[in-house]
Amino acid sequence: MLSKRIIPCLDVKDGRTVKGVNFVDLRDAGDPVELAWQYSQQGADELVFLDITATHEKRKTTLEMVKAVARQINIPFTIGGGISEIKDAEALLNAGADKISINSAAVRRPELIDELAKAFGIQFVVVAVDTKHLPEGDIVHLNGGRLATEIQTQNWIKEAENRGAGEILLTSMDKDGTKSGFDNVLLKEINDMVSIPVIASGGAGSQQDFIDVFQKTNVDAALAASVFHYGEILIPELKKLLQENNIPVRL
Amino acid sequence: MIGIVNYGAGNIFSLTSALERLGLSYGMINTEADFDKYEKIIIPGVGHAGTAMQKLKETGLVPAIKALTKPVLGICVGMQLLTNFSEEGNSDLLGIIPLKTLRFKEEVSKKVPHMGWNQIKPINDSPIFTGIADKTYFYFVHSYFIEFNTKFTAAICEYGIDFSAAIQKDNFYAVQFHPEKSGEAGERLLKNFANL
Repeated sequence: MLSKRIIPCLDVKDGRTVKGVNFVDLRDAGDPVELAWQYSQQGADELVFLDITATHEKRKTTLEMVKAVARQINIPFTIGGGISEIKDAEALLNAGADKISINSAAVRRPELIDELAKAFGIQFVVVAVDTKHLPEGDIVHLNGGRLATEIQTQNWIKEAENRGAGEILLTSMDKDGTKSGFDNVLLKEINDMVSIPVIASGGAGSQQDFIDVFQKTNVDAALAASVFHYGEILIPELKKLLQENNIPVRL
Repeated sequence: MIGIVNYGAGNIFSLTSALERLGLSYGMINTEADFDKYEKIIIPGVGHAGTAMQKLKETGLVPAIKALTKPVLGICVGMQLLTNFSEEGNSDLLGIIPLKTLRFKEEVSKKVPHMGWNQIKPINDSPIFTGIADKTYFYFVHSYFIEFNTKFTAAICEYGIDFSAAIQKDNFYAVQFHPEKSGEAGERLLKNFANL
């Protein structure tokens, strides 16, 4: 049976991981390769690296990091952040990234999805969507959730799928950082609407939140950052608990 | 030494990295003469099967591949190339293993692409699965699959229907999943192939 995926998300800047990470026996908490290795050893199914490097010049550092990860890690990984052209994606593909995640650039120019899918196949293209409940409905937000658009989240996700997204990474800005659980209502609605895999993101605070998201929705994967980085949730324990709740996981 | 058929279908950095981690030496096959330099051959591939077949034809290596008697391992689209035909672009392929590559249909009500970790069941005692237990997880990402066949299927995977996670005919082996991304199980499979 296809297992549900548990995905730690790492923020990287200039080729180094940012946000404190609280693992024991970690020699260098800023080293993305070492962190990635630790997570792969713990049983993470996949990794997402979010590149928040500010300047274009520093992107070369990111490529070096991607290569280093691909050299040493034996599970798939996705790179997001700063990808707005085919050549950005191609450089990441050639450095060993399995998938790329696009967000604001796709909203600004939706044809980017078509172009990437045509060039590299839909399996390479993750469309990340930041959404927030507003009086007028679920609305797509840009720039890490700071900038509201006028686009309905449901409409945008359907369009992204039609254009060639291979997977949707849906982050609820209402839930992100609250540790109050995933937005299971919205995730269920979105997941039932599309026929491509969906990754739930935003709100994970406890192991129960992961059980809930997989029991209340049929999403394919759940992503979290701080609860894993600070060791509040240990992946081996989480996966064991999911299995005890009849949720298929890779152990 | 492992030779990788270099025909420009997809990135092979992850594959060569996995071989390096395992201490397996490799080189690239660009010409027919290069086949003589290696004991084992890998045909990688991602993307569109029809496009990949077109690229492979352009290298002029097709007759040499069909004539190989050394162990060959096709991975993902490199696996599909070994079959007769793919519904992807209605493409005629190498025809080394008499099977068809089909698209996951909507009626199985599963998401496409089939993406993530799924369990396999080795059958027919293929040596590339030595030491790999029933229900071991491998990493898959594909929208097209090779039909199940009692004779040529070397491992079964279930995704709405049973399909071939791996196939084998004589010296030709192939896997739909990505061993280079499948953790320790994938590394074991690559080692098994190298040790054939």
